[in-house]
Amino acid sequence: MILSYALGFFVGSIALALILNLWRLFTAPTVTDRILTLDTMTVNVIALVVAYGIWAGTGLYLEVAVLFALTGFVGTVAYCKYLLRGSIIE
Amino acid sequence: MTTALALELFLSAILFGGGIFALVGSYGLLRLPRPMQRLHAPTKATTIGVGAALLVSALDMLGQGQISWQEGLITLFLLLTAPISALFMAKTLILRGEADPNLPDTGTGKPWATLGQERPDP
Amino acid sequence: MKRLFPHPYLTLTLIVLWFLLVNQWKVGSLVMAIILGTVIPLLTSAWWPDRPRVKRPFSLAAYSLLVMWDVIVANFQVARIVLFTPRDKIQSNWVTVPLDLHSPEAISLLAGTITMTPGTLTADMSACGRALLVHSLHAPDPDAVRDDIKARYESRLKRIFE
Repeated sequence: MILSYALGFFVGSIALALILNLWRLFTAPTVTDRILTLDTMTVNVIALVVAYGIWAGTGLYLEVAVLFALTGFVGTVAYCKYLLRGSIIE
Repeated sequence: MTTALALELFLSAILFGGGIFALVGSYGLLRLPRPMQRLHAPTKATTIGVGAALLVSALDMLGQGQISWQEGLITLFLLLTAPISALFMAKTLILRGEADPNLPDTGTGKPWATLGQERPDP
Repeated sequence: MKRLFPHPYLTLTLIVLWFLLVNQWKVGSLVMAIILGTVIPLLTSAWWPDRPRVKRPFSLAAYSLLVMWDVIVANFQVARIVLFTPRDKIQSNWVTVPLDLHSPEAISLLAGTITMTPGTLTADMSACGRALLVHSLHAPDPDAVRDDIKARYESRLKRIFE
């Protein structure tokens, strides 16, 4: 009972964080800031997926979270690598 | 009954703190003035937000009598990758000249790896 | 045997990781884990010429507990700076940390630790690999940050790896 209220608070703050991130994504002064914001959004979405998994009471959503963690990291590194070296795979 | 209630209170407290930390991380991204400073907030604060959700998920499963190992895997993965993405973004900032420009001397006679031509010895 | 398993610890890690991913105990998963644990080290052995050597594995476990604790403390400090320090009062500084460590694994572990812990972030390495460039979020005294990193983390890693 208390846990569901706490879950509601958690999901609410993650949603607010994602809105702040979206705002930052539109107003970011540099490209690197956009990459950083996208990385932060990935991590926040993982938190959201895990929270939904707790609410639904299954471990199924954890696999979604694993996939998100994997692809998010690869995406961030690929963006940075492109800016650093001009190509992603050398 | 009381142990279940205590566990639920404990989990709720963790979730509460985790939510606040995730929010602080994203707020720091907006508030901090310089690009290098902005790197600090999400790498740390957001990781603890996810960590809180994962810990609660694992303990909640344990409370229902199931053992779930994937939370540990995700935590491990996030702890391993967060420094690497941060390092890559810092290198990008340095190379593009968006970081604070007054870099200190290396003290070894060679330039910093991102700015120099040669790569460090593997 | 050595040709088939160039990195036995990597094989073991992969098997454990596969079971964490599958999340249940099945014989089929064990077979798959052993296949992956054999094939992946063989295919990637060109990028791992040497085996990393850990002299004191138990100290490494104690070290990771210390880092975990510091990560939590780090979050409170960074949150306090983000929320309550006025924008123009945040004194960010670059810090050069000369390295005493030589093994690449120890250096990368140190760099990761610096990023995850209070207010500091590894930004770059010198071209010769003998110094780290660390950015500190709020450090009125950069030398204290450097000494703290060297005393708290680097000395421990040196004992573990070298």
